[in-house]
Amino acid sequence: MEDLLVKLLEAVEFGKVDKKSPYPPQLRDMDGAHELTISAIEAGIKPQIILEEALIPAMSKVGKKFAECKIFVPQMLMSARAMGASMFQLKPFFASGAIKTKGTFIIGTVKGDLHDIGKNLVSMMVEGGGWSIVDLGVDVGSDKFVEALKNNPGAVVGLSALLTTTMVNMGEIVSTIRVHAPETKILIGGAPVTAEFCQNIGADFYAPDPQKAVEYMNLLAS
Amino acid sequence: MKYKILVINDPKELMFGIAPNPVKTRRGLEIGGGQVYAELNFTLPVMSINNSTLAQVYTHYREIAEGALEHALHMNSKGIVLEFETLLEMTKTPSIGVEIVKIMNGVCENYYQKHGLSSEIRLTPNDLREFERPARQRSSQHLEPMMELFEQGMIAGGDLLSIESTGGKEVSDEALMMCDVKGMVFALAVLGVRDMHFLWEKIVGLANKHGKIAAGDSACGFANTAMVLAEKKYIPKIFATIVRVISVVRSIVAMEEGAIGPDKDCGYEGPFLKAITGIPISMEGKTAACAHLSPLGNIASACADLWSNESVQNIKLLSGMAPTAYLEQLEYDARLMNAALHAGKVHSHILQQLLVASDIYTDPQALILSPENVIRISGELVKGDSYVANAKNGALAALDIIEEALLSGKMKLPELETGYLPILRDDLNSIPDNESEFIAMMLPLLDETKFTLAEYGL
Repeated sequence: MEDLLVKLLEAVEFGKVDKKSPYPPQLRDMDGAHELTISAIEAGIKPQIILEEALIPAMSKVGKKFAECKIFVPQMLMSARAMGASMFQLKPFFASGAIKTKGTFIIGTVKGDLHDIGKNLVSMMVEGGGWSIVDLGVDVGSDKFVEALKNNPGAVVGLSALLTTTMVNMGEIVSTIRVHAPETKILIGGAPVTAEFCQNIGADFYAPDPQKAVEYMNLLAS
Repeated sequence: MKYKILVINDPKELMFGIAPNPVKTRRGLEIGGGQVYAELNFTLPVMSINNSTLAQVYTHYREIAEGALEHALHMNSKGIVLEFETLLEMTKTPSIGVEIVKIMNGVCENYYQKHGLSSEIRLTPNDLREFERPARQRSSQHLEPMMELFEQGMIAGGDLLSIESTGGKEVSDEALMMCDVKGMVFALAVLGVRDMHFLWEKIVGLANKHGKIAAGDSACGFANTAMVLAEKKYIPKIFATIVRVISVVRSIVAMEEGAIGPDKDCGYEGPFLKAITGIPISMEGKTAACAHLSPLGNIASACADLWSNESVQNIKLLSGMAPTAYLEQLEYDARLMNAALHAGKVHSHILQQLLVASDIYTDPQALILSPENVIRISGELVKGDSYVANAKNGALAALDIIEEALLSGKMKLPELETGYLPILRDDLNSIPDNESEFIAMMLPLLDETKFTLAEYGL
């Protein structure tokens, strides 16, 4: 059983989605996350164990390697795809309550801004950290964040902006969220955003990169 | 592709300040006609744009233009270009953008009439079609305000017309993050090319109607995004280099439709366009560090005709307002290049060699911008029978150049980077030259919910 978890961890860490996937070359023709997750379930390993002892540690290693500039985003994305293949098998257990995530993360690029590469990276990394994601997309106003919070009470919110003229919209969104759900933890990020700006608009955390967002989220969950 | 041969074949003829087809402007600039001019780009400080702040917005732009032109006058500048790259609200509500052009044109005209200082405005509206996902490139209602701003803005005094259009971005965003070179060729050489034909036919038509200058369209959302991601170490520099070369076949469509330059600043594909078409180009390098970092601060100016700073906020620095300070930096760079030009070919070549030598082997993105490599790659970019084949050939030539530099020991890259060389080469070699075959190959691999083929005429 432990061997299966080790193999699954390795498959996710190196981005082996399934057996026919050619990537990574060193795992060619070997079982990927898809097959290994099915085997683990069939072997009677609890889904929560699969999540906590294989998938989350694998993505944690990936995040660390990325933060240390030992891999590029494509490798990280392949790992995310491998994790996605595994999560697809685990989906029924989430629905039944047999697995619990660390919480829900609502993320969006703020109104007037269409840049989503940074947002997508954060979203993927946080998901890899064991959170459910509600991605509201780009050009998102306060009303959509409030609505998503109503549907996901207690969720953490992430706001992204790349322009100096759209980062100001973060302030209005934070204020509106504070009216409707004052206890909500809000993190912000994007090229022009600073820790000082974060403090000024009353957000809780400024994430200078995706890994810092994950670390903050993990602190919240601990 | 219309272009089959290079206008500039000799690397020695690919020189800053000199373009085979210079562009003369209303107030007397001759871009590419023997001297380099500064092109200042600027934006607002952190603020909202709405009815209650509009007066403040207009004041900012007036002060930027006045500050820049006054200092240009003080520095005995031979002329400058002000690039007005609009913010979303200014294209969504074209009257705002038009009013700003009017204000800045008034300032330009005043300095021209009173002091003989030549200046022009480059008007760069936003491509609003991105707001819809999937984008409706041809049927979007967002086209109307974009075109209205182009037309009314040029009437108001925006003489050089540019845009950073986004056709193909629905595919390229994911392809960039996955280092998917086939996806990038599809985004740029199939979708991008088709959208550029559609858009630039309209822009050139408007420019000709009003006697204005259709300038050019840089692949900012593609190749500059790649460069910035590589600077953050998100993707390999080698991949960003290849993306830049591929973007040439997309950006050159503006010229095929009748644009005459100067090509836009953040298009480091400009040197290739200059070699192929002979148009003057704007470039940005070390003086654009206010907007983004780059690995090609000096080499970017090797064949620039306008020298730009990309964008700087109108904030106060110790010396003065930031746009004025950046105008000074640009002007000094231009002055140095002009001094070399006026001293003769020997001197201008020595300066160019130094600009090249100081950057060339520090990064593959710099490597491909040396005049020799620009000419070599450009030759590959025009030899095929389709945009797809040209993109592929150009990218393979860039890979050859990178590998040669590595083999010679002149350039060093970590294994994390070089591991991508065979992957990219294999991917490129798998691309058929025929566009239809390539489309058939790619469609099953792409998420067709993210883009609408009919909006690209497919």
